[in-house]
Amino acid sequence: MIWNEQKECMSRDEIAALQSARLVKVVNRVYHNVEYYRKKMQAVGLEPGDIKGIEDLHKLPFTTYEDLRDTYPFGLAAVPRSELVRAHASSGTTGKPKIAVYTRHDIEIWAECFTRCLSMAGITKEDIIQIGYGYGLFTGGLGAHYGAENLGAMVLPMSTGNTQKLIDMMIDCDVTAIACTPSYLLHVAEDLEKAGLVDKVKLKTAICGAEPWTDEMRDQMESRLHIKAHDIYGLTEMMGPGVACDCEFHKGLHIWEDHFLPEIIDPKTYEQLPAGTDGELVVTNLTKEGMPLIRYRTKDLTSLEYDKCDCGRTMARIQRFKGRTDDMLIIRGVNVFPSQVEAALLTVEGTTPHYMIIVDRIDNNDTLEVQVEVAEDAFTDEIRSLEKLSKTIHDKLKLAIGLNAKIKLVEPNGLDHSDGKTKHFIDKRKLYQ
Amino acid sequence: MRIKQVSIFLENTEGRLDEVLKILAQGNVMLRSVSLADTMEYGVLRMIAEEPEKAKQLLKDAGFAARIDEILAVEVPDAVGSLAKVVAMIHEAGINIGYIYGLSIDGDGAPIAIKTDDNAKAEALLEAAGVKTIGMENL
Repeated sequence: MIWNEQKECMSRDEIAALQSARLVKVVNRVYHNVEYYRKKMQAVGLEPGDIKGIEDLHKLPFTTYEDLRDTYPFGLAAVPRSELVRAHASSGTTGKPKIAVYTRHDIEIWAECFTRCLSMAGITKEDIIQIGYGYGLFTGGLGAHYGAENLGAMVLPMSTGNTQKLIDMMIDCDVTAIACTPSYLLHVAEDLEKAGLVDKVKLKTAICGAEPWTDEMRDQMESRLHIKAHDIYGLTEMMGPGVACDCEFHKGLHIWEDHFLPEIIDPKTYEQLPAGTDGELVVTNLTKEGMPLIRYRTKDLTSLEYDKCDCGRTMARIQRFKGRTDDMLIIRGVNVFPSQVEAALLTVEGTTPHYMIIVDRIDNNDTLEVQVEVAEDAFTDEIRSLEKLSKTIHDKLKLAIGLNAKIKLVEPNGLDHSDGKTKHFIDKRKLYQ
Repeated sequence: MRIKQVSIFLENTEGRLDEVLKILAQGNVMLRSVSLADTMEYGVLRMIAEEPEKAKQLLKDAGFAARIDEILAVEVPDAVGSLAKVVAMIHEAGINIGYIYGLSIDGDGAPIAIKTDDNAKAEALLEAAGVKTIGMENL
């Protein structure tokens, strides 16, 4: 089902014309309303008049995580405070989160984008959908919620943390669709199988995102639960989930190019790369009012395809993600940077600055272990004081990254730190193909 | 009297204990007693050695977190209920016991190592009650 055929199936010429007109407008808005952007443009000798269309996109400076950090919390807002109706946040590399702010119109556009994705997955107003993303500062819960309500489906706002209740209600309420992380859905599938309840479930469709996943995981979900599973992409900085989604042909994720202008760059030379070439995905907000970002570097590695899809949509398709250009880990849908872990450990007396993060996926559950060297002078002959140290580390990490980590104390010099730039994490999961 | 105990932090990895004991054997350190307190992830190995300072240095040189603590060594009479009496005395004085283990050294009764949060007070208390304590020279 195509929710907004007029937009989703525009000709490439029409898309380019619309994007050019919108790019000119948004560049004018940030130049005149955001001092930070004005200075950034002035620093490279750019005026809004220099940007006449998408062919001039490459002249504009990039926006990075560091820009968000420097302007935290509202320095990139392009409208007066009274026009803003919501803020969301996701993890930053240290301390402060990345914040995104929205006007009422932004929330409507977000709902429209998410609705298009649900519709693409075949979900309609006849469906009953469970939202299994966290509701709160994380964009997943509310983003999916507004999209599903906009579609007219009936929403069960489950949020996270209670799988038993999710399963009970899935069966009792004849739930037909679910939005959650792919690893969580596989975990649910496992619980259903163990309880012998798969046949009692009416689930037809899943729309999964917030972490990268593979075709192998799709095959598993589809065969074990007898459903169709779709991949949805988004990031808080640009809006939240619903920036792109894959259709029934699974030839990449259609990105809503009337609202988001995508490009692929070489992360080393910053040159734009042609269709089909792998590089870093960079996205420009074309319609966002609250905090439009220009050429935001997503750090996600992928490529773009522009040929018309068999589903009839003309919007470009983001190909499978190949990895990241930074060291961000996505654990149970939560973004985690090793630097956050490091900063938290520095506040715990009795540990050394040496640590190792080990991420794995066991029975479709992401596991997080943090190995920490005990400082020589912090070692005592009593187990209880070591247990206390371990608990303190656990609690500090929980505060910093919002996840429960298994803490493993190791001997002084027990971790390899022969090289100052030693990698601080091992990810044993197979997330990228 | 009190005796010196050497303890080290030990990861629960294969062969780690073996390594420690080899280091001490090669250094010609005579061990009198050992006690291993273990958790899922790690353990604390406590040792009574004839030359505790030498043992600690050998282990530190090998990269272990090693330390020396004073513990009470008590000669508990070889009769039913003697240990209960000793522990009760310490407990009633408001002193906490961290851990306790048997010592494998010769004596009149059953030698026991006790770590308390106030060894001096506990020692005075026990000696006043006629309980014999053991010093390094008795090892």
